[in-house]
Amino acid sequence: MDIFLQQIINGLVQGSIYALVALGYTMVYGIMGLINFAHGEVVMIGTLVAISVAGTLIKAGVPVALAGVNGLAAAVLVCMALGWGLERIAYRPLRNAPRLTPLITAIGMSIVLQNVAMIVWGRNYLTFPHLLPKVNFEFAGAHFTAIQVMIVGVSGLTMAGLVFLVYRTRLGMAMRATAQNPQVASLMGVNSNRVISAAFVIGSALGALAGVMVGTYYEIAHYQMGFMLGLKAFTAAVLGGIGNLAGAMAGGILLGIIEALGAGYIGDLTGGFFGSHYQDIFAFIVLIVVLMFKPSGLFGEKTGDRA
Amino acid sequence: MQAKLSVVALSVAAALAMTACGKKEEPKPAAAPAAPAPAAKPVIVVKLGHVAPMTGPQAHLGKDNENGARLAIEELNAQGLEIGGAKVSFELLAEDDQADPKQGSIVAQKLVDAKVQGVIGHLNSGTTIPASKLYSDAGIPQISGSATNPKYTQQGFKTAFRVMANDVQQGKALGEFAAKQGAKTVAIVDDRTAYGQGLADEFRKSAEAAGIKVVATEYTNDKATDFKAILTKIKSTKPDLVFYGGMDAQGGPMAKQMKELGIKAKFLGGDGVCTPEFMKLGGEATEGNYCSLPGMPLEKLAKGPEFKDKFNKKFGAEIQLYAPYVYDAVLVMADSMKRADSVDPAKYLPEVGKTKYDGVTAVIEFDEFGDLKGGAISMYQYKGGKLEYVETLGGGAMGAVKEAAAEVKEAAKAVAGAAAAAGSDAVKSGAEAVKGAAEATKAAVEKK
Repeated sequence: MDIFLQQIINGLVQGSIYALVALGYTMVYGIMGLINFAHGEVVMIGTLVAISVAGTLIKAGVPVALAGVNGLAAAVLVCMALGWGLERIAYRPLRNAPRLTPLITAIGMSIVLQNVAMIVWGRNYLTFPHLLPKVNFEFAGAHFTAIQVMIVGVSGLTMAGLVFLVYRTRLGMAMRATAQNPQVASLMGVNSNRVISAAFVIGSALGALAGVMVGTYYEIAHYQMGFMLGLKAFTAAVLGGIGNLAGAMAGGILLGIIEALGAGYIGDLTGGFFGSHYQDIFAFIVLIVVLMFKPSGLFGEKTGDRA
Repeated sequence: MQAKLSVVALSVAAALAMTACGKKEEPKPAAAPAAPAPAAKPVIVVKLGHVAPMTGPQAHLGKDNENGARLAIEELNAQGLEIGGAKVSFELLAEDDQADPKQGSIVAQKLVDAKVQGVIGHLNSGTTIPASKLYSDAGIPQISGSATNPKYTQQGFKTAFRVMANDVQQGKALGEFAAKQGAKTVAIVDDRTAYGQGLADEFRKSAEAAGIKVVATEYTNDKATDFKAILTKIKSTKPDLVFYGGMDAQGGPMAKQMKELGIKAKFLGGDGVCTPEFMKLGGEATEGNYCSLPGMPLEKLAKGPEFKDKFNKKFGAEIQLYAPYVYDAVLVMADSMKRADSVDPAKYLPEVGKTKYDGVTAVIEFDEFGDLKGGAISMYQYKGGKLEYVETLGGGAMGAVKEAAAEVKEAAKAVAGAAAAAGSDAVKSGAEAVKGAAEATKAAVEKK
């Protein structure tokens, strides 16, 4: 039982990370119908900026907590600028182009960002400084750390904050209006360019936050870390119903837990025929089954066409 | 609605396509035209291909390999080697295989088309094995400094060589070492690459032969960062030791996550995790654990410290792992060309097999398969952020010679003992002792 509980905790933490990244995908998709494949790379840049800033400050003798906060702030600012720049340079000129064009541009931007990061930070793995004291908890035989608790908490709070933003503020109303129909929204006095920029900036800030969480958790970063993470988060967003904020959260956590249980039990279930390297099969079988019966994802239809 | 769904489907397809082909970034040094021939002596340009992952999770090791090759080539060019009456200028065509077998074959074909005279690499066994067929078909000699999977040289290709002990030797040494450390149960994890899987299989054979029980077998991949799920499963089987067949980028975080989950087992791995990077990534969780490296430690080799200085000065970086082996591989190739007095692959290939080259890492000689003769395996311990040399195991020729010497010594002792034994009636027993000594010597020599 303690093993089962441990796997659930593993999955919950991993899933919260997916969810945090998935929020960025889903937010942009909800408003523009564009899948921003460069989002995983924004997360990666967030992690690397935080490492550089926090690492330098710690070396200069600044207290760890302060350095961590500065690192996070720097990462968020850089990523916000990056998100704004991405939209301005890569996506806005293609606003009225066929749907495939911005998608390919997004993949292109993802490759560009990876290579820029490789030039700036090098090919080696970077270690993330210890920002949080290592506190270990034990509950019914399952181990978890303060960082894991923080990750689950932060992603929950972030989602709640986003829901508040989208449904309770003027900007949120403008976002929803733009999502429904950009032309009509702009006739009603909504500056849709600004709204779309805001979505990218907020999504990228969330990406930076996710990046710092990933960094503090695994204490390791690399210029290619964003690729798989982005892909998994995108899967989570589709699973939950892309464009839906609660869906991204649910999809992320579900994906994380399915993966953990898959890796933990697939060998026992198939009598050793499938090993733990088939863990992704579980995740993708669930994705396919969900899409077969609910083509717009678990929560996709609740909000209609767009978030 | 319909349109939106097709975008999602399209994106899924695009995402899958991306995973399938990976990123295509291939650093391509422009084929520089041959330097203008100075005066009378003609200059021939020898193109050597070098393949290693220059992007992706193992890019740090790939760069390290390439640096080793570049250092060797620069020295060769500075020496002004003459082959077949012409001055030779070596040129490195560095390719990126992303540690991906498919990409490995693509760049191998590219090198074959570019008519390189030899290939150094690849880094990973998984990319080296499929690529070796292309080189063999084209008759291009290939020397890998780091592909340790035994299959590489067992395919019957005359062009395949390696300057490092293979995983049969390494896995065997690791299994014996685990038993010596008192491990009774072990959990084995591998990354499903040709290297990781091969090493883990050899380790399993050797550990089981030494009476260790394998209580869990788990798998990951060479891009993963989260191992909590498989480690949780391993935890429930309570092993004394966790063996990992794979590279440092996964091994380090794995060791760390073992500690976070409260797993008390020791960690053991092969050359892929025997790097400074592993300790950097694993932090204090690596302290006191062991790993193995083919060959002898650099500090213990005659030319080791000198190579280390040269390397550090030139690249301003520490040696990660295989750079000295790759350096030797280039020099072995140049040495073979010199002996054949030709840079034509068909002409110098037979000479590669006859190599007897005193390199940085070992005196390099190949057996009939193209494997390094008498490859030693050294064990290291992670201590205070450094790799500390523990002992050298196996070590074919060297070890046998040492054993033979020890047995002769024993025999001599027996003779001395006999001589010391009481007076004239001791003649008979003395003669017997000498006979015994002779037999022991004979046995020792046979063993060698």
